[in-house]
Formats: sequence, structure tokens, C-alpha cells
Amino acid sequence: MLCIVGTVPEAGFPLVTGPVQMENGRLEIGGRTVAIHRGTPALVGAVLAAATVLPLPPVEAWLVGDIGRGDGSRRLYAHMEAELARHPWTVVVFHYLQPDVDWHNRVLFAVEKIRPRPVLIADAGFMYAAKMSGQAAAYDLFTPDAGELAFLADEDAPHPFYTRGFILHQEDRVPELVERAYRHANAARWLLVKGRTDHLADETGIHETVDAPASAAMEAMGGTGDTLTGLAAAFTAGGMPVERAAILAARVNRLAGHLAQPTPATQIEAIVRQIPRALKRVLDPSLSAAFSLRPAKNNP
Amino acid sequence: MGFLSFLKNGIRGGGGQAAEGTKADRGILIFESTSDVIRAENCLKAAGWSVRVMGPPPEIQRGCDLVIEFPLIERLEIMRLLDHASASPLEMVPVTGPLLAPVDLFQTVDYGGWLMVRAANMKICIEKATETIVNISGGGCPDVPYLAREMVGKSLAEAPRPREIGHTLCGYALELAHEEICRQCSAS
Repeated sequence: MLCIVGTVPEAGFPLVTGPVQMENGRLEIGGRTVAIHRGTPALVGAVLAAATVLPLPPVEAWLVGDIGRGDGSRRLYAHMEAELARHPWTVVVFHYLQPDVDWHNRVLFAVEKIRPRPVLIADAGFMYAAKMSGQAAAYDLFTPDAGELAFLADEDAPHPFYTRGFILHQEDRVPELVERAYRHANAARWLLVKGRTDHLADETGIHETVDAPASAAMEAMGGTGDTLTGLAAAFTAGGMPVERAAILAARVNRLAGHLAQPTPATQIEAIVRQIPRALKRVLDPSLSAAFSLRPAKNNP
Repeated sequence: MGFLSFLKNGIRGGGGQAAEGTKADRGILIFESTSDVIRAENCLKAAGWSVRVMGPPPEIQRGCDLVIEFPLIERLEIMRLLDHASASPLEMVPVTGPLLAPVDLFQTVDYGGWLMVRAANMKICIEKATETIVNISGGGCPDVPYLAREMVGKSLAEAPRPREIGHTLCGYALELAHEEICRQCSAS
């Protein structure tokens, strides 16, 4: 069972939890609908788009409205602390939340009670909090971009806004920044560094890269990283080891972007719509055979 | 605010990156939220004060924080101004150690018909011909999708400024990118 935790950009949106579906291009959850724009709704949209092709396990979303004041995030943090361990999640994705170290630690403490332990994926604000807390190694996958990788590599930076100048986020320095992030225990078990070239890395270094098809305009688009994280979560929940899921996600996300023929003005919904087509194309017979479609293997 | 209690005797040292050498004449203004920092900064700059937003010392970092660095000698004048504007800080304390400096590097990508500027982890992209904001990307704080919803599709002139409706460090970084892209447009 996959759980996606994050926020929607509406101040009055209540805390809603439960199964989520896509209807007429919008998310439906708890009797409410949400547009699939950037942020957590784009991540959920990518998961549901993948589910039209692959038989994924049940998907739940835990969403709350927050426009940056942190009030919604704090309500969701409190709910997670109380409720997360009551469910047999196989994969939990933490996404757009106001970074807060104290709340992060309380949530992680609650997650550690889940047996077997779910695969933990973090991106966006929750990844920032995980790094700042010093607990990054408790996670299975982070999906930073090059700038966020520089933040992970800077052991003193509490937020990407304060990454020190000598740790420039240049894509040709990815191996060096990966090494530095692991040296200071500021990275998850796996890193999928998204960019012009996507890099899969762990503490031993870069394992694999994906650089085709290339659509330069995707860098300017909001939400392409959200769909990538969503696809990695979906494939992990479908039964793939998280590192293979990450690479498949990179390939599908790139192809979906290519099929959308994006300009810098293209919106993320256009890519979400192309995910089923891209996934079918990437899932050739050899890859399908390797795709077990069993529930994600839990951590020991 | 227990986490502030140690500040009563002033902040010393700290492991952060020094923005510049240690000075004995600086203080920091600490607020409840980044929104309050942005409001106070607007107020102080509008009144002609030379202040800087910085990262707090490691001892009080909670996750998404800014403080305002100011010349300590002017504390009474500044407090009067902020009180009058109902923008008073939680604390005003001297600093003897280094503060974290915000990223001040910009990256610009020219896509032909579009222009993108990146500041820290935030990117803003406009259509050159109309100066319409076509995309906002990057970041991880919850106001990023909100800022995108409020700004995308509007021109630079008519869109709300991130410093007016943003609440977090990501919002502040977007403000810097917004300022830079406005500067580049006015220079061309």
C-alpha cells in the first residue's frame, strides 16, 4: 500500500486522507477535487497515470491545504505522528511540507514503529527537514535536483537558500557532491539526482545515468521533479527494488516529457497525460519480465 | 519560545558559514515566521535602513528561517519603527558569531523566446515578447505551488510579488529571481 503525504496550495483545504482517483484530469479524494498542477498533486497524478498501465497496490493520499504559513503542514505532521503506524504501508512518500526538524523527528519516530518497515521516499520540503535533522540515512530514496544536491552536500546549510558559494550546483560536479553528501551522512540510501542527466547514486558513487531523450525545456517547467518522484514511488510500490524503480522512472519521465513536445511554457499536466504512453513504450518485454508487480519489498 | 532562551546573553560562535568577518556592532531581529521577516524588511528598507536578511545561527535553526541583521547602535530607532508598523520582532539580540549568507548567485538560461532565471533553488521563466510568467519551478516549501498558481499567466508588471504573498525561504529565493529577471528585462 502506497501512502503519499503532502500539501495543496489552497489555504482552506482541510486535512483529507484516503484513496485517491483521477477523474476528468483532476484528483478526487474525500469528496474533493484538486487540479493536477505542480507540487504534490502532480506527484499523485503521475502515480495514478502509471496505475492505468500497471496493476499497482492501493494508493492513499494524505493532503492538507498550506500556502506557506506552515499551519496545514503542522496539522498533517500531527496526524502522521498519530496515525502513520496504524497502517501496513509498503511505501511512504513525503513531499511538500513546511520543513520543521522537530516535527520531522516525531514523524520518523512514528514510522520506525511500522513492521515491516516501509520503503521511505522523500523530496521537497520534507527532504530538507530530513537532511537538517541529521536523519537522512533513515530514508531509502531522495530525489534532489542539482541545486538540492549541493544543499545535501553542504553540511552546514539548513536550506538550499544557504548553500555556500564554493559548493556550486553545477551538473558536472555531481559525483563530487554525491561523495560529499554521503561523507557527512546527509543522503538517503539512494539518490536520484534529476537534471539534464539523471544520476542514480549511493554511498559507493554513481551507479547509472539516464540522459535521453533530452528536452531542455523541462528544466523550466514546474512539476517535472514531482512526476519523477511519483513514478519512482509507483514502481517501488509495484514491486521493483527502489533503485531500479528510480531508473525506470527517469526513463519514463523523460519520454513523457519528450512526447509532450514541451516549450518552457508547457504546464505539467501535459506531461502527466503522456505518462501512460511513455510507460507502455518503455516497458518492453524484457523489462516487463523483471517487473514483479508484487508489493514492495520492505526493509529488514 | 524556549529555543530562544539561550539568546538572552547573546549568540556566540556557531558552526555556520561566515558571511563576513565577525563584527561586534551587529544584532539580529528574530521573528515568528518568514512572512514576518519579509514584512519587517520591507518596512525597514522603505524607511531607508540598510539591513540584510540572513540565516540564523545554528542554535536556533528550525528548518525554514530568516533573521534580519542590523546595526546594533540603531536598535532604538529600528524598534520604534517596527513597533509603529506593528511588525515587532520576538527578540532583538547582539551577535558575535557568523551568520549564514543567502545564496547570491544567479543562473540565466536563454531559450530563445523565453528567459529563465534561477536563484538558489527557485526558477522563474518568462516569455520574452510579453514578459508573461510562464513557469515557476524548483523549491520544496508549500508556498511554491501557491506562488506559481498566483503568478503564472500574468505579466511581470501585474503579477503579485513573491515578497508580498510568499512565506518561506523558497518564496524569498523566488523574490530574488523575480528581481533579477526584472532587472534583466529593464536592461534589455
